[in-house]
Amino acid sequence: MTDVTDKAEAKLDRPLGQKNDPRAAKLSRASKAKQKLTSPGATIAAVIIAVIWTIPTFGLLVSSFRTPEEIRTNGWWNMFVSPSFTLENYADVLTTQGASSANLSSYFVNSLIIAIPAALFPIILATMAAYAFAWIKFKGSGAIFVLIFALQIVPLQMALIPLLQIFSSVLGISGTFPAVWIAHTIFGLPLTIFLMHNFIAEIPGEVIEAARVDGANHTQIFFRIIIPLSLPALASIGIFQFLWVWNDLLVALVFSGGTADVAPLTQRLAELVGNFGRNQERLPAAAFISLIIPLIVFFSLQRYFVRGLLAGSTKG
Amino acid sequence: MRGLAPFWSDLFEKFGLMLLGLAVFAAVIGVILFLADRAPKRGRDVWQLLAFVAPALVLLAVGLIYPAIRTTLLAFYDRTGNEFVGLDNFVWMFTQPDIVQTLINTLIWVALVPTLSTIIGLAYAIFIDKSHGEKILKSLVFMPMAISFVGAGIIWRFMYEFRELGFAEQIGLLNQLIVMFGGQPQQFLVNSPFNTLFLIVVMVWIQTGFAMVLLSAAIKGVPIEIIEAARLDGANAWQQFRNVTLPGIRGTLVVVVTTISIATLKVFDIVRSMTGGNFETSVVANEMYTQAFNRSEFGYGSALAVILFLMVLPIVVYNVRVMRKQKEIR
Repeated sequence: MTDVTDKAEAKLDRPLGQKNDPRAAKLSRASKAKQKLTSPGATIAAVIIAVIWTIPTFGLLVSSFRTPEEIRTNGWWNMFVSPSFTLENYADVLTTQGASSANLSSYFVNSLIIAIPAALFPIILATMAAYAFAWIKFKGSGAIFVLIFALQIVPLQMALIPLLQIFSSVLGISGTFPAVWIAHTIFGLPLTIFLMHNFIAEIPGEVIEAARVDGANHTQIFFRIIIPLSLPALASIGIFQFLWVWNDLLVALVFSGGTADVAPLTQRLAELVGNFGRNQERLPAAAFISLIIPLIVFFSLQRYFVRGLLAGSTKG
Repeated sequence: MRGLAPFWSDLFEKFGLMLLGLAVFAAVIGVILFLADRAPKRGRDVWQLLAFVAPALVLLAVGLIYPAIRTTLLAFYDRTGNEFVGLDNFVWMFTQPDIVQTLINTLIWVALVPTLSTIIGLAYAIFIDKSHGEKILKSLVFMPMAISFVGAGIIWRFMYEFRELGFAEQIGLLNQLIVMFGGQPQQFLVNSPFNTLFLIVVMVWIQTGFAMVLLSAAIKGVPIEIIEAARLDGANAWQQFRNVTLPGIRGTLVVVVTTISIATLKVFDIVRSMTGGNFETSVVANEMYTQAFNRSEFGYGSALAVILFLMVLPIVVYNVRVMRKQKEIR
């Protein structure tokens, strides 16, 4: 069984439209010992790019630990001349109550409440549909699957206005968590079905055939074979969908109603940055509170993160 | 600390709601699959098939296919959706100076972001290939890809921050550098037309890591014998790159450029959170939101969504054709 999983997992590690050539991988490993192409000049250029790419984030992180007075009056690089450290900003944006405060703890909770179901619903529905498209023969299967694949090219913007009308006048759920969950589930489905299908179709037919001979029906095959074998793919695609929802602003703006009851962090941040002059001492800490979850995922689950991203980069 | 009590009750209420939502979802799916499992022998296959595909198909039909068709129709109706106005919304789009500016901005974005991200990403991937600490160097440039566009917007808002010279110290790094070298501090996000370029920098900052990771994987797939052979033939580093590496990664280059182009056409969060589309920086996706949801101009908003779709379409078609051709070669 592990061999099957390994083989299928290898598929997750290559970007869309690319095949892993095992021969090439072996050769490049052998060549590691050999002299590399690059010159000292190239190394210096690389380090310069790395520094330029890191400084903006680093500066904001430093800022978030300075006092409000310091943030307003001089740049974060002064930290190295006159060091200071405070958690005041984090305490302020998280715990201070009141209409004009950032109130981020509520929005942080909202982001979690939105993102967990909005990641689970589509991958479960997609796994079911992908199993049917891969292993149940029926008329029109190919045509419907191509249609779902084609739906990926429809920009979210095409669906927003009518979907909002359905939510507000037919279902009456506009501005609630279920509205945001359902919207994210729908927008996530075309890509997740496509990716899960790629994965599930690679499961060897003998495994499924053997279960069928033993008298298992589709439901049993799905729970006993498909789900356990798909766990690596489910993890990668689930993480990608979770981060996509966590980082989303557009769907949140349209469907969440924009209050502290439902709206996620991104929406509150967009509001705060809209009044930059008044909120500038809060923004560094506020931004890092929203970045902390993606950064933890990025640094601890990088393998899954890269896979999910490579596969899912065409979403939206 | 007394302020925390409402927070906890709020927290429990919301998590309760989430668990309820998850339970309802699990129950619905469970019942559907249970019924399919116990379906009468006659036609069991059909019932089981329906149980697996119907939930996803119904959601897609109601939430994506129907809305997309309706948006296309709404593009030919007035703001109330009742009166047919023919091509008026599109005429409006191409005659209103600020909307024309929006379309031009979108074209500038899609011309610059994929080009710059791919070139920098490719150069970086080659520079760090097989170097010490390649993994860490990759992480540093790839990291912006993990965070939200809004977060990136805030990070760069501080980089661009402007203070009048002589009244206060600069708090933005870029203006500090300008002042240090004796220049005048700039209002990067206000002064048109260059403010659009400074927004584009943020998108390039995000997308370069994506290009770099894909291209790096592709470079490692180029067989080493060919590179060795080229070196033995006396090819210098540039010639090796031009004649061996570049042809070897062409397929991935197409995927990278098209993927970034599509993401760029749909860019919304960066513009929304950094300038709000003011100072002539608006793009189609932002203008669509403003017209439809801030001004209730559903006709205009729908027309802009249709334009966005038409801009994305040829890129996707091209992408699919290239991918299919590659499959045939293999």
